[in-house]
Amino acid sequence: MTTDALYQTSMVPLFAVLVSMAAIPAILFSSRMPNLRESWSFLAAGIKFALVLSLVPGALRGESVGITLLEIAPGIGLSLVADPLGVLFALVASGLWIVTTAYALGYMRGHHEKKQTRFFCSFALSLSATLGIAFSDNLITFLVFYELLTLATYPLVVHKESPDALRSGRMYLGYALTAGLLFLAAAVWVNLRVGEVSFVAGGFIPEGAFGDGELKLLFLLFMVGVGVKAGVMPLHSWLPAAMVAPTPVSALLHAVAVVKSGAFGVLRVTGFVFGPEMMKEHGLDVILALFAGATILLASLIALRQDNLKKRLAYSTVGHLSYIVMGAALASPAALTGSLMHLSAHAVMKITLFFCAGAIIVHSHKTEISQLDGLGRRMPWTFAAFGIGALGLAGIPPVYGFLSKWWLSMGSLDSGHSLALGVFLLSGLLNAGYFFPIVIRGFFRPPAPDAHFPKGEATPWMVVPLCITATLALVFGIFPDFPLPFFEIAGRVVESVMGELPQALNAKEIGLAP
Amino acid sequence: MIAEHLPALPILLYLFVALLMPLANELGRGLPWTLSWLTSLTVAALGGYGLWLTSSGGAIRYAMGGWSPPIGIELVADPLSCFFTFAIGAVSAFVLLHSRESVERDCGAKNAMTFYASSLLLLAGFSGIVGTGDLFNLYVFLEISALAGYAVLGCGSAKAALSSFRYLIIGTIGASFYLIGIGLLLSKTGSLNMVDVAAILQVDGLGPVTTLAVVFIFVGLGIKMALLPLHYWLPDVYTNAPATSTALVAPLGTKVAAYALLRLGYEVLPYEALLADLRIFDVVLYLGAVGIVWGSIMAIAQDNLKRMLAYSSVAQIGYIAVGFGLATPNGYIGAVLHVINHAVMKACLFLVTANLERQGEGTSIKGLNASLRKKMPLTCACFALAAISMIGLPPTAGFFSKWYLLLGSYDQGSWVLVVVILVSSLLNAVYFFRVLERLYLGKDEDAPDAPKRARLPWVMGLSTLVLALSLLLLGFGNVYIVSNFISPMLPGF
Repeated sequence: MTTDALYQTSMVPLFAVLVSMAAIPAILFSSRMPNLRESWSFLAAGIKFALVLSLVPGALRGESVGITLLEIAPGIGLSLVADPLGVLFALVASGLWIVTTAYALGYMRGHHEKKQTRFFCSFALSLSATLGIAFSDNLITFLVFYELLTLATYPLVVHKESPDALRSGRMYLGYALTAGLLFLAAAVWVNLRVGEVSFVAGGFIPEGAFGDGELKLLFLLFMVGVGVKAGVMPLHSWLPAAMVAPTPVSALLHAVAVVKSGAFGVLRVTGFVFGPEMMKEHGLDVILALFAGATILLASLIALRQDNLKKRLAYSTVGHLSYIVMGAALASPAALTGSLMHLSAHAVMKITLFFCAGAIIVHSHKTEISQLDGLGRRMPWTFAAFGIGALGLAGIPPVYGFLSKWWLSMGSLDSGHSLALGVFLLSGLLNAGYFFPIVIRGFFRPPAPDAHFPKGEATPWMVVPLCITATLALVFGIFPDFPLPFFEIAGRVVESVMGELPQALNAKEIGLAP
Repeated sequence: MIAEHLPALPILLYLFVALLMPLANELGRGLPWTLSWLTSLTVAALGGYGLWLTSSGGAIRYAMGGWSPPIGIELVADPLSCFFTFAIGAVSAFVLLHSRESVERDCGAKNAMTFYASSLLLLAGFSGIVGTGDLFNLYVFLEISALAGYAVLGCGSAKAALSSFRYLIIGTIGASFYLIGIGLLLSKTGSLNMVDVAAILQVDGLGPVTTLAVVFIFVGLGIKMALLPLHYWLPDVYTNAPATSTALVAPLGTKVAAYALLRLGYEVLPYEALLADLRIFDVVLYLGAVGIVWGSIMAIAQDNLKRMLAYSSVAQIGYIAVGFGLATPNGYIGAVLHVINHAVMKACLFLVTANLERQGEGTSIKGLNASLRKKMPLTCACFALAAISMIGLPPTAGFFSKWYLLLGSYDQGSWVLVVVILVSSLLNAVYFFRVLERLYLGKDEDAPDAPKRARLPWVMGLSTLVLALSLLLLGFGNVYIVSNFISPMLPGF
């Protein structure tokens, strides 16, 4: 409203946010007819994805389109604008929602979960909030959807309503609400000093608006605000605790939507509020990189010690989110490219792993890794998919995870923080260390005598989605721009934030991009 | 004609209809109820009309009985006072609409007429406090609203009568302090008209007599608005009174006192001297900050839902006091906005407790369980929405008052306040989610053979819902409200 229109008017981002919210009444009213109820989720997911897809050509041209709905605070609009970074995140979240809906259907019915209507409603609301975060044009709009996401995911965390779930729910609320408040404090401060809260590629805080100490404090407030959801240590404890939620929640929300909102927030704040130059100038990049690096290593070490499959995946998620944070902190063109690619790469791979864990839980009722000996022979598809995801997360070609890690590693070299390269390489080894034994146990160990494995695979509703995501992880690893142009969009983002594409290498020359 | 007499109309309308009540009661049993909420609705309409008139045409000054001020009593309608009149009318209309059954149950069908008559007197007092331009007249309206308030709060149980009596004593002390204060002012300035007094004090500055007067006035109004440490009367009264009475008095009673403090502190008393020499704004500021934390912690410790809400009121009044004490434009906006927002939130929450009482559920938090969600889905949903607003999550109303208060705190460079406001949001979250958890996630403990109760009457559901939804409206419309009704009224800082 008061900000200059840096974007063309379009209702598409707004519709993309609203479509899953609009599905909620339909879901509620058809609560007695589960098939109809789930078809609303499919419909909403399909439309949402199509709407986001329609934004891709614009994003590839580096354009922003969107709309300001109303003035929500003096001079600040409730603005939903799709820029390349937003489209990238929205594409990941809405695309995976379709697969997850199918999977959730199989899981919730197979596991005989109660209160499925509430589950699917909250899920739809969470997706609205996630896209809202993706398309937020300023700090306040971001905060509105960020808090909405907290509220919408709370019923999912406490879904089981057991004392354990309630405790995790309280913990989640405690962490997330505190984070939101600190973010608010930071946003108010910026608004007052700079008089501006709209994201600008390359940062909008002018040099000199804050003193050096103040700037560090502000950065800290922001980073705690988004870092809780991004699981940066020491703010990560809620995530393993939230694994008490049903597995589809862990899969889409605690590996993709919620935690990636945090990581996305880190990217927004570093790239669009402070900007890479200011980060370097005041040493903010080093602070963030230290936390991220420590998180990557510690989380991997803790993951090694977990016997519960979902807990191990959770700690692995904590580690991998900090890959993205590290990329944002290093803030060189190559590192940022890697960071953006890991946003989609980790999503595809980790959701596969969670899908597999859920299939195992529903089908064989095994939750601990030590119980999985020999299960791979019964569930070959599931374990093969798990293997692909695991390879990717360890950074082994030709899975997608290799590419993102490659760029991150290049980034750590050309930003001059070669220590980060060591972190990435070590983390790759640790990833292999905690993932491969699971696959090896499944395929090559004889089953325990008292293990009563059921015959065959889980329901196709679960196995097909996990095969799809595993295949995607492979396909993206070979063609990073097919079927969705993640690499190119990432390029547009890097161009806008850094003013240049990665120079270390021309991706096309070495054949990493078509 | 209406425009000309607008400042006097809300007050006279309330007084007039209050006197009509005995007659109405003879004509029909439900008539006092119908008349009372219709009157409030009309007052809300008058307030709205006044907003439209005054925001374009400036304040309307009205000399009561043709006696021109400073001799006569002056009433003033400006955007801010009209906005408050609107809020008083609108909130009370829905509370009164909601009240019929509860009043007949709690006060007895025979006394319903008395309840409505005293309610209207109470509201006459409130709109008088908002609309008057005369210091002594303000005292009169304070007393009218207070005396009527004791009657409204005291109906029902013996406990209610007792705590209301205590309120009577303390309230009278508060009013006396105020009266002494304006007496001193009168001796110094020779006038009771606010504009007149302001002009004289501007010249005279802050002498010893005026200082004493200021202190008396602040303490008196502080008691009335339950500013910590003068808040002890509040939790008992709100808890023991019938839920409907609380829903009528709690959202508005303390708020009009806060309004009076805002008006006097910024526009009548010598503001610069109060700020710089007496530092009384700082006193209010820090009392407010302590009240926020203390009220929130006490709220967490309560088991009775009404008592929890009462302590939460102490905390919320702290917010208003903080905004007042900040003495910056943003703080002022935050305080005024929070007066409105909190009035709607608290009215909605107390109506929820009234709904619970109506359905025989009791208001002990330990007694709440998930069966309520099935029996009273609407009431529970309204509670959830109001709770989210109390915690201050966007885009509900509560978020935006917090926003302006935070801006104000940064203006003053006061990090302590930033921390207090943020921490209090978390404390709010603790005590509201404690209830929400029981409502939505607790075990369904309803005995299967429990007698089925009649459904909640639709007027009760509707009133609660309207107030809950207004929270979203206030949230999305905050910029409109601030830029049209509050910003033009900003005193010179």
